[in-house]
Amino acid sequence: MLNAFEIIETVNMIDKENLDIRTITMGISLKDCADTDIDKACEKIYSKITSYAENLVKVGEDIENQYGIPIINKRISVTPIAGLVDVLENPTVEKCVKFAKTLDKAAEKTGVNFIGGFSALVHKGMTKGERLLIESIPEALAATEKVCSSVNVATTRAGINMDAVAIMGEVIKKAAGLTAQSGGFACAKLVVFANAVEDNPFMAGAFHGEGEGDCVINVGVSGPGVVKCALEKVKGEPFGVVAETIKKTAFKITRMGQLVAQEASRRLNVPFGIVDLSLAPTPAVGDSVAHILEEMGLEKCGAHGTTAALALLNDAVKKGGVMASSYVGGLSGAFIPVSEDAGMIDAVKCGALSIEKLEAMTCVCSVGLDMIVVPGDTPASTISAIIADEAAIGVVNTKTTAVRIIPAPGKQVGDVVEFGGLLGSGPVMPVSKYSSEIFAKRGGRIPAPIQSLKN
Amino acid sequence: MRAVITVVGKDKVGIIANVSKVLSENGVNILDISQTIMQDMFTMIMLVDMSKITADIKKISSELQDIEKNMGLSIHIQNEELFHSMHRI
Repeated sequence: MLNAFEIIETVNMIDKENLDIRTITMGISLKDCADTDIDKACEKIYSKITSYAENLVKVGEDIENQYGIPIINKRISVTPIAGLVDVLENPTVEKCVKFAKTLDKAAEKTGVNFIGGFSALVHKGMTKGERLLIESIPEALAATEKVCSSVNVATTRAGINMDAVAIMGEVIKKAAGLTAQSGGFACAKLVVFANAVEDNPFMAGAFHGEGEGDCVINVGVSGPGVVKCALEKVKGEPFGVVAETIKKTAFKITRMGQLVAQEASRRLNVPFGIVDLSLAPTPAVGDSVAHILEEMGLEKCGAHGTTAALALLNDAVKKGGVMASSYVGGLSGAFIPVSEDAGMIDAVKCGALSIEKLEAMTCVCSVGLDMIVVPGDTPASTISAIIADEAAIGVVNTKTTAVRIIPAPGKQVGDVVEFGGLLGSGPVMPVSKYSSEIFAKRGGRIPAPIQSLKN
Repeated sequence: MRAVITVVGKDKVGIIANVSKVLSENGVNILDISQTIMQDMFTMIMLVDMSKITADIKKISSELQDIEKNMGLSIHIQNEELFHSMHRI
C-alpha cells in the first residue's frame, strides 16, 4: 500500500518542482511517401502524417488529465526529407521548401507544436537531394513555423565532413538573415549534429531514423527542478551522497516517463520506442540545470568545477534512469541550452559562463553548444569552425554533439535576444575575434579517429 | 480506474464535505480516506474508484478546482498507477 509521504512527494514534484513530461514524440516513417512528382509526394506526406497523428494531441491531453502529469509538448518526427528529395524528378530548392510547407501544414492540422525531420545525414558525402535540401533550409525555416531541421555532419565511424561543415556555417548565417526581425529565430529550429541519434524525441534535432519502423512513440522526461530540490536536502554531504540522491530522483522521474510512454503507446496503438532520460531545463524559475550545478557548491555555473559537477549529474541521471525504463534511448543526458535555462542566462550575463567553458561541458553531457546567441556579424567561417570543434568532441568521444547557434542580426555582445516560450531569451556571447576562414575553406573530410590507444 | 485524490491546505470547516459532494454527484466511489497534518498542513488522501463515473474526469477536475480556489487548497486527482510506478519496483 502506498503511504502518505510517497503520495505527497509525487504531488509536490509536479506542483512545486516543475516535474513534467517534456514531450511525447510520434516518429513516422515517410519512406512510402516518396514520389517523382512533388505534388503527389506532398499529398502522401500530408495524408500519412495527419492520419497517423490524428489522435496524438488528444491522447496526450487525456493522459495529462487522468494522471495529473503535465505533458508539455506533443510532437512529430519524420524520416529525413532529403531521401524524398532524391526521388523527385528535377528536384529544386523550391520543391524542398514545398516539402517543408507541407510538414508545417500537417503539424498545424494535428495540433503538435513542432515537427522535426527536415533533415539530411551527410557525415560522409552528399547526394544531390541532400545538397538541395541543405541549401533550402534557410528559406524553409523562414517560411514555416513548426518545422525543425537537422543536419548530421560527422560520425565516429566516418569522421567529419568538412565540406558540409563549411556549408552549414553559410546556411546558419542565411537563416538568421531571413528571420532578422525575430532575432534570427530560424536558427533556433536548426541543429548541426555529430553522431545524431535516430530516436531522439527532443526538438529541434528529432528525426525518424533509418533503422526505425513505420511508427513509434518516444517520450522525453524532464525534471531539473526535482533534482535541485532533492539536492537541497543533502547540503554539504560528500559526492557519493550527491550521486546517490540524483540516481534515486532520476529513477522516479523516469518511471513516470515509462508509464506515460506505455500508456500513450497503448492508446495510440503504436509501438513504444524509448524513454529519453534527459534533464531538459526551461526558462521558468526552478527548472534549471545550471542551478543543480550551483547547488553542488559552485558560486555560478561556469566556475571551475562546473565540468566535473556536470559529469557527475549526467552519469547519475543515466544510472538512475536506466533501471526505471525497459528501453532507454535518444540523447539521454543533461541539456545545457543557454537561452532556455534561467541559471545559464544569469551565468552568461554576469560573465561566469563563456562559449569555451560550454564547449568543455559538452564533453561530458548530452548534446552540445545549444541555443547560443552570438553577434550578428560573426563570419560564417567562424560558425563552421565552432561546428567543427563540437563535431570533433563528439567524434573522438563517441557521443552525440550538436550546435544550435544563432548569429542574431544587428546584435552585439551585451544585447539580449528574446525568443519567447520554451526557447527563452539569449544574451549575446562573444566569440573569438581571430579568423578561422582558411581552415573552414579547406573542405574534404577529417578522417575517422582511431578507436584504441585512448588517451 | 482507481485514482488518488490529495487535498493539501490550511484546515477549515467543510473540506471533506465539499470534496465528497462533488465526488458523489459524479459517481465517484470513495474506497479509503485518511487525513493527517504534514508540515503544518492539513493533508487528506483519498483512494477512489472511478469505474462508474457519470461525468468525464475533466469535468470532475474542474469542479474540484472550484473548491481549490474557493477554499484556498491544493487538490489533485491522479491515476493510482502513477504512484505505484514511481515508488515501487
